[in-house]
Amino acid sequence: MNQTENVNQVSPLSVDDLTVAYHRKPVIWDVAFDLPEGQLIGVVGPNGAGKSTLLKAIMDLIPRASGRVRVFGDTYRNNRHRVGYVPQRESVDWQFPVNALDVVTMGLYDEIGWCLPVRRKHRQRAMEALDRVGIADLAQRQISQLSGGQQQRTFLARALVQDADLYLMDEPFAAVDAATELAIVDILRELKKRKKTAVVIHHDLQTVPDYFDHVVLLNMRIVACGPVETTFTAENLNKTYGGRLTLLDEVNEAMRRRETSL
Amino acid sequence: MRDYNTRVVVLGVAMLGGSSGLVGSFTLLRRRALMGDALSHASLPGIALAFMLATTLGYDGKYLPLLLAGATFSGLLGVGCILWIRNKTRLKEDTALGIVLSVFFGAGVALLGMVQQMKTGNAAGLEGFIYGKTASMSAMDVRLIFYASLIAIALSFANFKELKLLCFDEGFAGSRGYPVVLLDVLLMSLVVLVAMVGLQAVGLILMIALLVIPAAAARFWTDTLWKMTAYSVILGTVGCVIGAMVSAVFPNLPSGAMIVLVCSFFFFLSMFFGTARGVVARFLRRRRLNRRIDRQHLMRAMYEQIEHPDRSDTSALKPGSEPVRKTKVSIDELLLVRSWNWKRLMAAIRSAEVDELMQYRHGHAQLTHAGFIEAARLTRQHRLWEMYLITYADVAPALVDRDADNIEHVLEPHVIDRLEDLLEEQELLFPVPTSPHELGDGLTSSEEGILP
Amino acid sequence: MIFLLGDWISDWDGSINGWIVVIGCLCAASASLLGNFLVLRRMSMLGDAITHAVLPGIAAAFFISGTRNSMAMFVGAVIVGLLTAVFTEWIRSVGKVDEGASMGVVFTSLFALGLVMLVAAADHVDLDPKCVLYGAIDLTPLDTVWVRGLEIPRAAIVLSIVLVLNLAFVILFFKELKISSFDPALATTMGFSAKAMHYLLMVLVSITAVASFESVGSILVVAMFVVPAAAAYMLTDRLAVMIFFSVIIAVASASLGHIAALEVPTWFGFRSTTTAGPMAVVSGLLFLLAALFGPRYGVVVKWVRRQSLSWRILCDDIVAILYRAEERDTAMPGLAGLADELFASSLSIRSALLMLRRKGEIEGSDQPKLTPRGIDRARELVRSHRLWEQYLVVETGAETNRIHSHAERWEHFTDRPLRDELDRVTEAPDIDPHGSPIPPENKL
Repeated sequence: MNQTENVNQVSPLSVDDLTVAYHRKPVIWDVAFDLPEGQLIGVVGPNGAGKSTLLKAIMDLIPRASGRVRVFGDTYRNNRHRVGYVPQRESVDWQFPVNALDVVTMGLYDEIGWCLPVRRKHRQRAMEALDRVGIADLAQRQISQLSGGQQQRTFLARALVQDADLYLMDEPFAAVDAATELAIVDILRELKKRKKTAVVIHHDLQTVPDYFDHVVLLNMRIVACGPVETTFTAENLNKTYGGRLTLLDEVNEAMRRRETSL
Repeated sequence: MRDYNTRVVVLGVAMLGGSSGLVGSFTLLRRRALMGDALSHASLPGIALAFMLATTLGYDGKYLPLLLAGATFSGLLGVGCILWIRNKTRLKEDTALGIVLSVFFGAGVALLGMVQQMKTGNAAGLEGFIYGKTASMSAMDVRLIFYASLIAIALSFANFKELKLLCFDEGFAGSRGYPVVLLDVLLMSLVVLVAMVGLQAVGLILMIALLVIPAAAARFWTDTLWKMTAYSVILGTVGCVIGAMVSAVFPNLPSGAMIVLVCSFFFFLSMFFGTARGVVARFLRRRRLNRRIDRQHLMRAMYEQIEHPDRSDTSALKPGSEPVRKTKVSIDELLLVRSWNWKRLMAAIRSAEVDELMQYRHGHAQLTHAGFIEAARLTRQHRLWEMYLITYADVAPALVDRDADNIEHVLEPHVIDRLEDLLEEQELLFPVPTSPHELGDGLTSSEEGILP
Repeated sequence: MIFLLGDWISDWDGSINGWIVVIGCLCAASASLLGNFLVLRRMSMLGDAITHAVLPGIAAAFFISGTRNSMAMFVGAVIVGLLTAVFTEWIRSVGKVDEGASMGVVFTSLFALGLVMLVAAADHVDLDPKCVLYGAIDLTPLDTVWVRGLEIPRAAIVLSIVLVLNLAFVILFFKELKISSFDPALATTMGFSAKAMHYLLMVLVSITAVASFESVGSILVVAMFVVPAAAAYMLTDRLAVMIFFSVIIAVASASLGHIAALEVPTWFGFRSTTTAGPMAVVSGLLFLLAALFGPRYGVVVKWVRRQSLSWRILCDDIVAILYRAEERDTAMPGLAGLADELFASSLSIRSALLMLRRKGEIEGSDQPKLTPRGIDRARELVRSHRLWEQYLVVETGAETNRIHSHAERWEHFTDRPLRDELDRVTEAPDIDPHGSPIPPENKL
């Protein structure tokens, strides 16, 4: 369990024995996993399974009852600069008087440092990030004027510009249009090419095998964790989502439809 | 208390404290605690205008009902402005309050500057309307407060469930066809009503305090709205009575300020010792939870260690092999099982030792008989919960309450039966040894669980 | 220039009034600079809370120093002002109480405490709470100091320092303020402690509040913390621009406010009134203007925009109906027929027709008939409508009887490039799903 530190390749994110509880109720318990580097990792599980809680507990945003989190072999605090976080869209006030470019530039603030102004080259880089997510033409738009998908892309660009090694994304695919979904997937693949690791909370089972290499099935506890081919099985899904839901049938149906439509 | 004047004051502030506690609990839950602040300030131009108008027309400018009418009018105008800004512009609630407060008050100050130049009518003391004169409250003031309180109580009781819905979930109330804006206006009119009679009797700051503090204090004691309202009324009344009496005993101390201080003393008491949301209560709850989790982790770790006679192989379970209670488990082994540090593990062991669940000697821990039973019970329960999560994954997260003393208390018997069957299939179920003291009647659950 | 206004305002004494305006502007500008962040962080009531809460600081300073030394009182007041923010935040986070409520608890308690302390001190010295709370801007020019041979009001110097301080703060920490107000969690994960920024802001808010109300009275600074920033927020979507606007609005309210204080009361036969009040009122009026006529978010502007859109849609619908009638070769619908079909009052139909006629898109008064220009417009619309229907059927497999309402809405927002795109995607059909011909694109 603890050998990772002795091995040469340090896991970008290793969680050990993590338990988080609100009031009397445990939200996640005894969660433990080591994630491989340079992979796209999907975290899936039913509503209330504690997916967002897991990310927040990893980043010390909420207190944990027990457990240890290692980011590249060190505490989160010490390796904060190597982590990029894409929060859920509802977490900020979209009426705030900033435009998309400003929001993306925020990802560079720690690099710029205290009191120093944002310079042209930073804006340039923010612009490139916006270009990568495909909304460079909306850079000057106030953020409330963006559609849900465009807001999500803005957040993604902000994380990209941070140039982290590990990305934690909380439901980036929630309520976005198809074009945005494709754009996000493109970006994820590109991140993978550059040996970055992305941990993505995801709610759409159908697309898991397409989007991710590695999957963490979570339902308050880890049901399974491993490569998609071996882990994302009907049996494990059944354990995660329960047999009564016909979701599995739906997935099969959807896959069948896709195959026939191609 | 013998003094007639003191009695009048005590009676007046007691009623005022009660009714503002009542109204305040709604505004607090509506996240508009400072509404009273804004509306009290907003009454100033109305007072000045009423005075000017009356004096110009040749009446007595300081005729109380007239001033009150003026104050109420501009207070309601302020309410309208706040609602308009909140609903029609992109600005948030607090900014709406801030704008109305400062602009109306500014207008009031400007008008007062003009009033003071009027030759007819004596404007002196008009500001006292805002700053209050608690100690010299008159019987007339008390009567006014009485009527206002009656109205406020009647209205809030008549509309209790509508107001509750408004405070709890405005969107839902709207979707169910409740006239949200009208209810909002009703609530704010209650604030205006109480604030206006209170304002001239006890002053601006005390009025704001009475609208905010008792309700905020009551919030720490309960999570039920009607109880919170009741506590808020009681706290407001008691705070006012004590404050007024203190200042009667020490005539040097201004009564308004004393009432505020007594109320805020109550607030801090509640904040720390409130049973529902108080700081101490929450801290204790959190600590108890953490300790309990540590205890459970420890007992389970112990059980799992002694479950395998061959302890080098921790991955495979050896079904059928009876766990040996007296097996000594070294602390190093325990440290490896979980992510706890030495200090935390030792704390858990000590507390288990105090409860006579285990013995710890020379770096090795050993379960007592009671500890063995407890460890087995916890482990079994844990496995049942895990199995439950897997089997009933779709409904599980809402129901899982791993901390409940017994899984049997939460889940239906037939569900547990099924879970036990499933565990048995995987050879993970084991009998929980019964306590020797309960041999007669405690067999049920363990009998069922005996392995083949 | 302000020194010359005396020509047309009766009560104008050049130097005194000039200084009042200057001091008012200084106070307004410094408060509004910080006010932007108070408004954005939903702490608009803090200015009001601090001006009430500082009383015990003043009393304590008096107890400790034993004099009415203004420096000691200033320091005491700033410390308690900061404590107000600290306590508010502490009660909010530790007690899990809503921000407004915790602010209300803190400032009323502190004010009461200060009052009791002052009463206790009253045996020794006369310290009138009203006097403490009401510095009067009208009297500031009388309290002067000599600087390099110039007689300058003390308040002007103090407030200039505050203004420079605030300006430096906002410029230096612009991006830290921005990120910690917008997304505190991100700021903290990036190493800009949102808490540190919060308290730094609070220190300056207390300094500004105390410096201002001690010299010019509380009402002005409370108003200037909120109103100009709120007005600027209605005007723009850029933070830097918003700050700039708020300062302009603040300065304008202070100047106009003073003029109003001198002028308006005379209309009703009074002499001039206290200046701070009208300054606040003018800022309120400016806010009202911004809220009504702000270019994007103004209430009136939004209303007009909505109205003109529904107006355009009505006109669109009329020409489309006329076009279809012509196409089917049925009788042209009259006024009543149009009103019936469009669920509109005959008055709005009549005015829409009037407008169309003036644009030269229809002719004939009783029996409207499309002109060539009108036919062009109608053809675009009908083409969009039918292309959309085709698209819906082809691409989404929608049933033919359910597509009309969608197309009816979208046709008004479909321009030439979008139409071409639709045409391409649907492989340039000639007829729509209902069997009606899709008219060709207009020739340019």
